[in-house]
Amino acid sequence: MPTTITTTMKAPATMIELLLPPLLAGLAVALVSGPMGAFVVWRRMAFFGDTLAHGALLGAALGLALDISLYVGVVAMCLGLAAALTALQHQRQLASDTLLGIVAHTTLALGVIAISLQTGIQVDLFAYLFGDLLAVGWQEVVGLWAGALVILAMMVWQWRALLSITVNEELAQVEGVAVQRTRLLLMLLLALLIAGAIRTVGVLLITSLLVIPAASARRLTHTPAQMAIVASVLGTLSVLAGLTVSWFANTPVGPSIVVAASGLFMLTLLRKTS
Amino acid sequence: MSEPLVKVESVSVTLGGTSVLSEVSLDLAPGRITTLIGPNGAGKSTLARLVLGLVTPDQGTVVRRRGLRVGYMPQHLNIDDSLPLTVDRFLWLGASGPTAARRAALERAGVAHLRRRAVQKLSGGEMQRVLLARALLRKPDLLVLDEPAQGVDVAGQNALYGLLKDVRDELGCAILLISHDLHLVMAATDEVICLQRHVCCSGSPETVSRDPAYHELFGPTAGTPNLALYTHDHDHDHDLDGNAHHHHHDHEGPCNHD
Repeated sequence: MPTTITTTMKAPATMIELLLPPLLAGLAVALVSGPMGAFVVWRRMAFFGDTLAHGALLGAALGLALDISLYVGVVAMCLGLAAALTALQHQRQLASDTLLGIVAHTTLALGVIAISLQTGIQVDLFAYLFGDLLAVGWQEVVGLWAGALVILAMMVWQWRALLSITVNEELAQVEGVAVQRTRLLLMLLLALLIAGAIRTVGVLLITSLLVIPAASARRLTHTPAQMAIVASVLGTLSVLAGLTVSWFANTPVGPSIVVAASGLFMLTLLRKTS
Repeated sequence: MSEPLVKVESVSVTLGGTSVLSEVSLDLAPGRITTLIGPNGAGKSTLARLVLGLVTPDQGTVVRRRGLRVGYMPQHLNIDDSLPLTVDRFLWLGASGPTAARRAALERAGVAHLRRRAVQKLSGGEMQRVLLARALLRKPDLLVLDEPAQGVDVAGQNALYGLLKDVRDELGCAILLISHDLHLVMAATDEVICLQRHVCCSGSPETVSRDPAYHELFGPTAGTPNLALYTHDHDHDHDLDGNAHHHHHDHEGPCNHD
């Protein structure tokens, strides 16, 4: 690394100053995305997560408009959407993917409009859609790590319950697991993660950071815990690779991370499954 | 008789506008084996789900003893291929404890060799036995088995029923069995309940076995001591749409009520 820095004519101090906060922020998100992404894959929640992420833009816009934290706006919006979608799924006429398609794109459109209406401060729409990791400051890094550790701690604490309702909700309920409460917890943690990840990869790419490392990990593992941990490792590698590529090739960071994750997924396809 | 673990009292359930159960009562006491029989759509599974707390009644009450430990063996269980899960981990989800306990439970259910197998790779019969092992591992107060004899030959049923009897004797648990077979029930059953949306009749297999027709049919099961034959004639009327006339009986014995 030191040699490359001199060749690109950038002072080491500047590089560390510039790259360390985004790197740490990206790692925090990748770390939690492993186990959370595993649940998204197991419970077939990819489109659901995507819908929450799209809605997150509207939440962020409302958060900014009301002059409260955009994170508060995002979490509130995700939770509201999760509750509304759960209620809507009780009707039988439309399949849930149709419903999710309607909600995802309506909230995204509303979010874009709401962002464009912000007059006071200059808001970069692109940064919300695809992430702006390089603009992350130390304060946010601390917040992201605090959030990441809380989510991880909750998941470890409730691991068996979360896994039980994923295997079979009825069996879990009979065996004394509080199914509704556990499902709600998973939803809340997912909303928190999306709020955190909005700055890293943006609302359009969050689901990929959840799904791709977990999907790659599936072929390499034999137990749920292994899959969650390997997904974290692969997500971390993707962030490292994406940031590196972005630094040297001057590509947008969020998309670079996603492409790196996809590259790792392609590599796992080469492995024969047992 | 000791205090019931679960007391179902004049319960009615309507699902999607159709009456599935009406005025059904049932007591499950420790150490007693109860078999539910009845034709398809008779509400056997719904009654079992009511006992398990998976269905809430529209009318009537279901009282479960506090802290009741339940072991449940559903008919089948599909687990998504995206979840890497071995049989051993699957059992761990039902009851934590040492590996040796899980190995012993699998041994007991006759599937010790499957411990490291991925759950998705099990056949239907293997999955049922693994589910049985998971239920046993919990050392339940109440064991509920949904059609455990499905797809099992007579010798296999005999072995299974022998195992259940041992488990009952050992743990003193209540066992609720669902059987789609109107003719073959477990001999150790304390009570057979015939369900056709309402309880048409109930009684011990001995009471039932006094029926002359039972002796006529006894021959084929000689040598399978855990099986009993039970004859059942639906000689009371049910409407074509399946709604039984509401004649409720507390008498024991076969369903001859003319």
